[in-house]
Amino acid sequence: MGENANRRRCRGPACGKARRASLVSAAVAAQLTLAPIALGQQQGSTGRIPAAPSDPVKQTAIVLARELRDPSPPLSLLDFPPQDDGVAGARLAVNDNNTTGRFLKQEFTLEVVQSGAASELVSEVAKRVDGGAGFVVADTSAETVLALADALQGREALVINAGSGDDRLRGRDCRANVLHTAPSRAMLADGLAQYLVWKQWRRWVLVRGTGPADEAFAEALRRAAKRFGAKIVEERAFKVEAGSRRADGGHEQIQQQIPSFTQNAPAHDVLLVADEGGQFGEYFPYRTWDPRPVAGTQGLVPTSWHPALEQWGATQFQNRFRRLASRTMRPLDYDIWVAVRSIGEAASRAKSAAPKDLIAYLKSTDFDLAAFKGRKLTYRPWDGQLRQPILVATAKLPVTVSPQPGFLHQFSELDTLGIDKPETECRAFSP
Amino acid sequence: MQGILALSWCDRAETRGQEVAVGKWKSGAATGLTLAAWLVAAAPGGAYTVYVTNEKDNTVTIIDSSKLEAVRTVKVGQRPRGVILSKDHKWLLICASDDNNVQVFDARTMEYVKTLPSGPDPELFVLHPSGNPLYIANEDDNLVTVVDIETDKVLAEIAVGVEPEGMGMSPDGKVLVNTSETTNMAHFIDTATNATIDNVLVDSRPRVAEFTADGAQVWVSAEIGGTVTVIDAKTRKILGKVEFHIPGVNHDAIQPVGVRIAKDGKRAFVALGPANRVAVIDTATLKVEKYLLVGQRVWQLAFTPDERLLFTTNGTSNDVSVIDVEKLRVVRSIKVGRYPWGVVVAPF
Repeated sequence: MGENANRRRCRGPACGKARRASLVSAAVAAQLTLAPIALGQQQGSTGRIPAAPSDPVKQTAIVLARELRDPSPPLSLLDFPPQDDGVAGARLAVNDNNTTGRFLKQEFTLEVVQSGAASELVSEVAKRVDGGAGFVVADTSAETVLALADALQGREALVINAGSGDDRLRGRDCRANVLHTAPSRAMLADGLAQYLVWKQWRRWVLVRGTGPADEAFAEALRRAAKRFGAKIVEERAFKVEAGSRRADGGHEQIQQQIPSFTQNAPAHDVLLVADEGGQFGEYFPYRTWDPRPVAGTQGLVPTSWHPALEQWGATQFQNRFRRLASRTMRPLDYDIWVAVRSIGEAASRAKSAAPKDLIAYLKSTDFDLAAFKGRKLTYRPWDGQLRQPILVATAKLPVTVSPQPGFLHQFSELDTLGIDKPETECRAFSP
Repeated sequence: MQGILALSWCDRAETRGQEVAVGKWKSGAATGLTLAAWLVAAAPGGAYTVYVTNEKDNTVTIIDSSKLEAVRTVKVGQRPRGVILSKDHKWLLICASDDNNVQVFDARTMEYVKTLPSGPDPELFVLHPSGNPLYIANEDDNLVTVVDIETDKVLAEIAVGVEPEGMGMSPDGKVLVNTSETTNMAHFIDTATNATIDNVLVDSRPRVAEFTADGAQVWVSAEIGGTVTVIDAKTRKILGKVEFHIPGVNHDAIQPVGVRIAKDGKRAFVALGPANRVAVIDTATLKVEKYLLVGQRVWQLAFTPDERLLFTTNGTSNDVSVIDVEKLRVVRSIKVGRYPWGVVVAPF
């Protein structure tokens, strides 16, 4: 479930190259500045703000940078992403920040800047930073995260990557001015692998797509197998024949194709798919030669969020989101909510609106965030990655939450997920 | 309102010897207990009625504190959480979170009395010491709703932070403290004007606010922050923080929720959630004296009126632990319904 799986921008079969071109000119989107909640509107409401009247309201400007990407449409009609995927999460977080901020004379604004052209997106974002915005939440490709980081280098601004799970952004290509709320591929693969090992499903057949993102997720699974004592007994590459998304008919051929593709595999407990683009993985459950569960990018999936999570106070959070967006919350909404709430949390703790103070607080060991995962979330000091539990879920319900019982760690069990300090290739964060 | 179980229930204070013979108890073990068995029960202290809300079962389990046994289970509204008694102990009030109301039962008979408006998703509430009104935290709506429990009218709505939860009332009734879980504040509210006096930033996800009996301090637990903040009620300055360290327990699992402070002000008890322990704290030093191992994911706590026993709700192990307050020992665990949440003890 990497950046391509859940993070599509196109909204229907009609979406195509023409859409990208038209969006390039419409670079700057609506200003979503949200005023603090007006007090005294409800009958009997008397939430007087006690701060001294001489205190001016301190403003923190947040930019959401959206790169409009153009992936192939998903197999299922249910999987077309909503137009405001991620944006709704940002809006909810700004609302939450402002509800808190009104008690502290702090105000948060959100501006969404979007483009299909990375260079234009970067230059538009840089203009906002020149105008005083200190925080850029990026829902972009890995390359564009780096372009943003490098364009903003030396300025008092922080990029929070909420859109790319690419491990190199946390490794050899890490940047000191980038934090990551999106879980890395390694974290997702580890979260899934811990559960499979807990189930004693240790023999895996891996079916991977042929794209670079598929290979990256497959590599994360290979690493997870090695770390947690599973074995990939065979790998097979699945080549997607490019064609139209649908024809009048389809199941007849799939029903023949998938069993024969999975025939003669060595003994295995589970079949894993690495298909970040969502081009074939959904075809595997219930069609494999051997009756085995399917997991990975489809089937049982690791994810940062699930629209049906109700533990740890998440019910209220989900309700709040649904009232705002008239839909359920998706992983990208959550990752962006965490990014924007992190900024708000830093502002209330540091009691400042100066980006410099907030960035220092976000990177300090004092920072923690309550984010409906049952434990505090913090940023890893060696690569800027958010430590967080990983949900392992089917389409309808979470099945479990990793780290699993028994996977121990010297400092934090959350560091059994993803790249730990001793193995990091990131040097930008070194003291 | 739906599904109120219309069991006739003898008044246990007056006809205790007969009640078991009525045979209405859900627990098979309790059926057929004799008066003699009741007399030899080892629990210290008087005989009280303990009410436990079972969040998942939509029921209340009633425990006899002298027997330390569940004696009855009553169906209530959906997702019952916070539970308190009226000042005269006639009514049991339950936050039925998924029904978006507060349900009132006769505390002795458990007959349904009426439903109070509450605002959306009520979770915890507190009564004014005079017995009225009721202050309800609406977790879903960033509000505290003030309700007259006699006339069933909403008197006011007070805007607070995101996800209001904990509700503490000063003994003189002048100050209400509400905690907001996502804003991470304790909001001090003047009950005369319903205006916010002050907002004190505490650690992440504050769950419960509890005044000391003398009204001098407010203790606020922070579930994700893993601390309890002690605030001077007059100046709203932070006096100190209680921190917890349990050998062999991952620090992230230490998640303080329920707080109860003995009337003499010497000891505080804090439920530590998935650490499965209740911390006993010396209030003079704010140091933990002892950790008592209880059931799993312990959240809320309630003393008996004589403060000889403390009952804990253990959400994931579906039971209640009973702590002997003097000996600081867990003396019993009592099976209740699924996901026990709130607990209150009546003086009868």
